[in-house]
Amino acid sequence: MAEILEKKLKDQDFSDTGALLQVKRLHVWFELRRFGFGHAGYVRAVDDVSFELKAGQAIAVVGESGCGKTSLMKTILGLNTPIKGDIIFDGMKLSELDRKGMMEYRSKIGFVQQDPYGALPPFMSIRSILDEPLIINGVKDPKERNERIRQVMEEVRLSPVDDFIEKFPHMLSGGQQQRVVIARAMILEPKLIVADEPVSMLDASVRVEILKLLENLQKSHNLAVIYITHDLSTVRYFSERIFVMYAGKVAEKAVVDEILNNPLHPYTEALLTATSEPDAANARIYKEVPPGEPPSLVNPPTGCNYHPRCPKIIEGLCDLEDPPEFEPVPNHLTLCWLHKDA
Amino acid sequence: MAENNSSLLDVHDLKLHFRASAGIVQAVDGVNFQLNRNEAVVVLGESGCGKTSLAKALLRLLPRNVAEYSGEVYLGGEELMGLTDEEYRKQIRWVRMSMVPQAAMNALNPVLRVGDQVAEPMMIHAGIKKEEALAQARDMFSRVGVSADFLHRYAFELSGGMRQRVAIAMSLVTLPDLVVLDEPTSALDVLTQANIFNLLKRIKKEFEVSFILITHDIATSSELADRVAVMYAGQIVEVGDAESFFSAPLHPYAQKLMASVPRLRGDQELEFIIGKPPSLIDLPTGCRFAARCPRRFEKCDQDPPVFDMGNRRIVKCWLYEGN
Ligand SMILES: Nc1ncnc2c1ncn2[C@@H]1O[C@H](COP(=O)(O)OP(=O)(O)OP(=O)(O)O)[C@@H](O)[C@H]1O
Ligand SMILES: Nc1ncnc2c1ncn2[C@@H]1O[C@H](COP(=O)(O)OP(=O)(O)OP(=O)(O)O)[C@@H](O)[C@H]1O
Ligand code: SF4
Ligand SMILES: [Mg+2]
Ligand SMILES: [Mg+2]
Repeated sequence: MAEILEKKLKDQDFSDTGALLQVKRLHVWFELRRFGFGHAGYVRAVDDVSFELKAGQAIAVVGESGCGKTSLMKTILGLNTPIKGDIIFDGMKLSELDRKGMMEYRSKIGFVQQDPYGALPPFMSIRSILDEPLIINGVKDPKERNERIRQVMEEVRLSPVDDFIEKFPHMLSGGQQQRVVIARAMILEPKLIVADEPVSMLDASVRVEILKLLENLQKSHNLAVIYITHDLSTVRYFSERIFVMYAGKVAEKAVVDEILNNPLHPYTEALLTATSEPDAANARIYKEVPPGEPPSLVNPPTGCNYHPRCPKIIEGLCDLEDPPEFEPVPNHLTLCWLHKDA
Repeated sequence: MAENNSSLLDVHDLKLHFRASAGIVQAVDGVNFQLNRNEAVVVLGESGCGKTSLAKALLRLLPRNVAEYSGEVYLGGEELMGLTDEEYRKQIRWVRMSMVPQAAMNALNPVLRVGDQVAEPMMIHAGIKKEEALAQARDMFSRVGVSADFLHRYAFELSGGMRQRVAIAMSLVTLPDLVVLDEPTSALDVLTQANIFNLLKRIKKEFEVSFILITHDIATSSELADRVAVMYAGQIVEVGDAESFFSAPLHPYAQKLMASVPRLRGDQELEFIIGKPPSLIDLPTGCRFAARCPRRFEKCDQDPPVFDMGNRRIVKCWLYEGN
């Protein structure tokens, strides 16, 4: 297996494309061990993913539970080590960083975690939660830290600041807690924010408030944003491009309107069909949903990983051969054999 | 579809209050609504507005710290609040009215095979013998789309979507008239959600059952809704048929809520509601939405009554006085 990978990855060199972030042929495989020792296979959480992100750009990564979204993000944050492939962020190559370099790398990427309720330490005040990253990153002057904390709280509209700064997380509403999480992600003035399901735990009306806040921050700070979600209906409100992820792979990538109006991958079509709009007519019709469930990431199917569920399967091809990336429409890429002649 | 327009459930001034250290939590505070046979009503509302408490009040699944439990509930014409706990347990809960609790799929018994769990309500509540109950469980499994092989499995061996199907099967085995579903799909993926809604639609037809679907997910709620009830701070502030509600909600809170729903296509601005709901311990005397309402006027300092708009549509807002 490692040999095949080696061969696959030979062409792995980075050219300077002016991108802020380059993800190249990233493979994040978790080793499965039997009884704590003895190799029992790999969980292929991220399986050959490549993309680029320019400064100030926003992309959305969409996919179902367990498809590898969080694993991809954690790797970009330097929290997982890829088994193959590499990442270059702001001129720093992840695989070549020493401890000090790693610290600088991490300080330039802000992280908004999946679960706002579990993200904040319950026994720390908002002030100490925001103070911590500053102290760790060597901002020694307490006055300077205080000023930065107040500034970032204003930016996420936790104001008047004095009403919030000494409070503890449980005293805040869900939306306010999520503002604190965003403030913490912003405090070191990152160039990139990774937001992992930042609104999925929140009520509809609060959700909009947080999405708008993220959008404003992105524009005013020229931030690059990676927005991870399982909900296609929220993506167009602030990302330019969508990556649709299925079982560790990016099945399709294109700008938002292309994905919504001209989906090329059968899985993307299924996602679009399954997503509801509030409409009384829905109750009178059945939805067409592909049978089955996403495949095992330990023993993925041969060929296209969607073939066991795909209504458009080309027998003898899809079930045998891994589809490469096709580009039937300029800048609209998909891993699907249906587009082989494009 | 067989239309049967007789009334199944009538709820008048239902209250369920809890005692807490900070005071009395008025979680369900004078709820009124009505439901016909074979109809599905969706109860929409944000976290903490009292949706689960309403379900508990209907099924009389009460915690120890109840401060008040009152009102009138008629099921098929029979008044339920006057029944003793014993009568209620024997004649109503599970037998005529059942529930898929919030997070049911994570609450299945880990040490019982799922087939036995589905058979259990029949043995306990309908006095059916084990073998017969297991046969019926097998039949119910096939109707909710779970392979009979799974009867002998444990909950942890099933995916989330399969566990939710098992929970739905449990609520149906006694063939009740009414099933209360508390957030049945909120923890599931979109494709699994769509599958579960297909299933619920089929079950509604096949079993001629009525549903109360509790959820905060407005878009997917339309997959099942014949009627919509909107809950705010312990009360129902609007009820209407799905058609009218989704195209033109009346209550300012319902209007704001609808404007906050992201749409796949189109480019209308999303709105959000400034501020947060009042504490259920310290409620305002006037309209409970007034502090956040863009259309409030002098009258809103007083508690609005429920205005009947005709066509089984009601709204609790002064704007509709003498409509
Ligand atoms: N440290 C780890 N060791 C082993 N397996 C892991 C590890 N982290 C994640 N996985 C597995 O990798 C797969 C992808 O998980 P990941 O958390 O990235 O999915 P996700 O798309 O973020 O899902 P969700 O929407 O549920 O958050 C899952 O099968 C998960 O169980
Ligand atoms: N046994 C109890 N004792 C005291 N307070 C309670 C009790 N059960 C619920 N509450 C409170 O009553 C209010 C309504 O709770 P409920 O669970 O009914 O809300 P909900 O609308 O179902 O919310 P969610 O959408 O988060 O499930 C909340 O403020 C809750 O904290
Ligand atoms: S490659 Fe084949 S099986 Fe895979 S999505 Fe395309 S048509 Fe379906
Ligand atoms: Mg995740
Ligand atoms: Mg609830």
